[in-house]
Amino acid sequence: MAHRFDSVQEVREGLRNVNYLADDGIAGVVFLADRLGKPVLVEGPAGTGKTQLAKSVAEMTGARLIRLQCYEGLDESKALYEWNYKKQLLRIQADRNSGSWSEVNDDIFGDEFLLTRPLLEAITADEPVVLLIDEVDRVEVETEALLLEILSEYQVSIPELGTITAKQVPLVFLTSNNTRELSEALKRRCLFLHVDYPQMEREKEIVVTKVEGITEMLADQVARIVRSIRQLDLKKSPSVSETLDWARTLVLLGLDTIEAEQAKETLHILLKYQSDITKAAKELAVD
Amino acid sequence: MLDLLSGFITELRNAGLPVSLTENLDAMEAIQHIPLEDREAFKYALGATLVKNNAHWRSFETVFEVYFSLRGPEYKIDGTESDLDDFFREMQEQMDQMRQGPGEGSGGAMEQLTAEELMSILMSALMNGDQAMMRALARQAVQRFAGMEPGRPVGGTYYLYRTLRNLDLDGMLEKLMEQSRQQVGGDLTSLEERLERDEYQDRIEKFKQEVEAEIRRRLVADRGAEAMAKTLRKPLPEDVEFMHASRDEMQNLKKALQPLTRKLAARLARKRRHGRKGPLDFRNTVRHSLAYGGVPAEPKFKYPRPAKPELVVVADISGSVAAFARFTLMLVYAISNQFSKVRAFVFIDGIDEVTDYFKKTEDISEAIHRINTEADVVWVDGHSDYGHAFEVFWDRWGKEIGPKSTVILLGDARNNYHASQSWVVKEMSHKARHVYWLNPEPRSYWNTGDSIVGEYGTFTDGVFECRNLRQLEAFVEMLA
Repeated sequence: MAHRFDSVQEVREGLRNVNYLADDGIAGVVFLADRLGKPVLVEGPAGTGKTQLAKSVAEMTGARLIRLQCYEGLDESKALYEWNYKKQLLRIQADRNSGSWSEVNDDIFGDEFLLTRPLLEAITADEPVVLLIDEVDRVEVETEALLLEILSEYQVSIPELGTITAKQVPLVFLTSNNTRELSEALKRRCLFLHVDYPQMEREKEIVVTKVEGITEMLADQVARIVRSIRQLDLKKSPSVSETLDWARTLVLLGLDTIEAEQAKETLHILLKYQSDITKAAKELAVD
Repeated sequence: MLDLLSGFITELRNAGLPVSLTENLDAMEAIQHIPLEDREAFKYALGATLVKNNAHWRSFETVFEVYFSLRGPEYKIDGTESDLDDFFREMQEQMDQMRQGPGEGSGGAMEQLTAEELMSILMSALMNGDQAMMRALARQAVQRFAGMEPGRPVGGTYYLYRTLRNLDLDGMLEKLMEQSRQQVGGDLTSLEERLERDEYQDRIEKFKQEVEAEIRRRLVADRGAEAMAKTLRKPLPEDVEFMHASRDEMQNLKKALQPLTRKLAARLARKRRHGRKGPLDFRNTVRHSLAYGGVPAEPKFKYPRPAKPELVVVADISGSVAAFARFTLMLVYAISNQFSKVRAFVFIDGIDEVTDYFKKTEDISEAIHRINTEADVVWVDGHSDYGHAFEVFWDRWGKEIGPKSTVILLGDARNNYHASQSWVVKEMSHKARHVYWLNPEPRSYWNTGDSIVGEYGTFTDGVFECRNLRQLEAFVEMLA
C-alpha cells in the first residue's frame, strides 16, 4: 500500500498550507492513521476544530470528503446501503410477461438497484476519499456496531450481494463530543486523538491565519485574554471558533488594542451564558 | 528487544488503564513508523494507540515520563537509521550512566555560578519565556538545591519542596510584575496587569514542571523505572476516594464531574425514552388503519411517560464527609431535570433546607459555597448529631414526604455516641417510596467506633458504599 505522507513534518506543513495549524499530537496521529491504515477517533470540547481537521486533511490530500452526520435513530438504510425497491417493483412489472423467475430474481438484487449511502460510497469510490463520521456519540450503542466491520476491515457485507471490499483504504475520521462513553469495541479499532483548547501561542497563530487584517499585537492580546477566561470556572469555556468570531468583531470595530472597557462590551460573543459573562467581566475588571 | 515497552504496558495496566492485546500490538506497530529520536512523536504514537480516554492521559504521561524520561532531546543519536534494538540499548546505557553519576552532562558552565547569579538568569529566562534556558536552569537548580542522594528513601515531593523553597518563585512573580510595570513606564491597566500575571504564572508553572521532571528523571536513574512507577502510581480520577482526596485531586475530580454529569443525563434521558412500550393507543391505531382500508395492520402504542421521582437529599456536611456531600449535591443538581423535584437539606447537629440556594443561581459551585457559609446547621457544638438532625427534620418537614419521594441520606453515620433516633428513618421508609443511605466510608469501617450505619440501615431500602465517582455514578443511574 502506498503511503500518503513521508513524515510527520510533511503532514504538519501540508496542514499549514491549507490553513490548519496542527500541533505535534494532531500531525503525529494523522501520520500514523495513514501508516497503520486505522481510523482516528477525534474527541474534545465543542468548537476546537475536530470536524475541520477532517476537512483540511481532505483538502490537503486532494481527496473527496464523504461525510456521515450521525444522529439518534440513524440506521443501516441511511448509513450503509438501501435497496431501491420502487425500481425493483418496476423491474418486476416490466418483466411480468417474459422471462423466467430465476432471471428476475437475480436481476433485482444487482448493483443497479442498490442505493449507496455514505459508508458504502466511501468504500466503493475509485478516487481517494476521506470519510468523516461526525458526532458518532449521538447514535445508539447498538447502531455503533454497524460501523465496526467497515472500520476494522474496510468492507461491507450485503446479504444479497456478498462482501464488498474497499478498492482503496480511505482515511477515516470519527468525531465525538463525548456525551456518552463509546463502546470498547469501537475505541479499540481506532487511534485516539484528544483535541483540547490550544496553547496560547498556537491560538494566536490560528487567529493570525484565520482572521484577515488583524495585527500581530491584537491577536496576541486576544489569545491572552481568552486564556485568562478559560482559567475561570465557567459553564462553557470559549471555544476556538468563538475566539475567532471575537477577533473578527474586534477587527470590524477597527481596534488595534483592547481596553478593559471594550473587552467587557464584546464579551457576549465569547461567552454564551449570562452568568459566565458577569463572572468574566468582574474578573477582568477588578483583578 | 521490547522488554522496556512491555514493562511500560504492564505498568499502565497496573495503573488501572484498560490496555487490550490488540492495542498493545498496535502500539508496537506504530512505533516502527515513527522516527525514534523524536520523543514527542513517540509519546503521541503510544498515546494514540494505548490511551482511549482523555481522563487517563495524565496517568499515561506520568508512566511515560518514568519509563522514557532518560531520552530527552539533548541526547541525540548520531546514526539516523537506528532501529529499535539500538534505541532501547542506548536507553539502557544511558540509564546505567545516570546511575553512576547523576547530573553529568548538564550545563557545565553553570556550575560556577553563585546562587544570586542563578536567580537573575532564571528571572530573565522567565521574562523572555526562554524554554531551553528554563530547562537547563531546572536541572541546575535540582542539582544544587535538592540535595539528592542515591538510595535515600524519600519521595519526590520532598526534593521538589527543597528545590522550590530555595528558589522563592512567589517572590519571583512579584519581581517580574514589578519589572514589567517599569518597562511600560508607569502603571498597567487592570486588564494588562491581569494578563501579565497570568502569563508569568504560566511560565513559572512550566518551570516547576521542568523541575519536577528533572527530579523524577534522577529518581528513575537511582531506583529504576519499575520501583519509581510504583511510588508514582495514582488512582484514576473516577477511583479517587472522596474522603482522602488531596486538593489537587479534588480539582481533577471537579473537572471529571462535569462531563460525567452530561453523559449521565444523556443516558438517563435515553433510558427513559427507549426500551419501554406503553399500552395500545386505540385512537391512533384506528387513524392509521385508514391507510390500510380500515384494517388495523399497524398497532400504535402510547408514548410511555414514566413518573420522574421526587428527590429529597439529606446530607451531613460536617468536616469529615463534607467533600462527599458536596459532590453528591453537585451531581444530583446537574441532572435535576431527570427528577420532578429535588429538595436538599444539610445538617451537622442542626439541620437547614438549602433548596433555595440552588434555585436562585445557575452556578452550582456558588450555591455550594453559600451552603457552607450561610446555612444554619450548627445547633450545640458543631459535631455531627444525626439523631437530633433527623428529629428536627421529621418535625418540620416530615409531612412533606409522600409516596412519590425518594429520600437519600448522606453521611458516615458517625454519631459521636448521641441518641440515634432511628425511629425517624423507620417512619420515613413507611411514608416514602424509597429510602437509601450513601456512606463514603469503606465497608469494612462500618459499625466500628461511633458509626451506627447498621442501625439506620435496617430501616432503609439499601445502604451503599460510595467512595468514589464511579460508585456514585452507578448509584445515581440506578435511581433515575
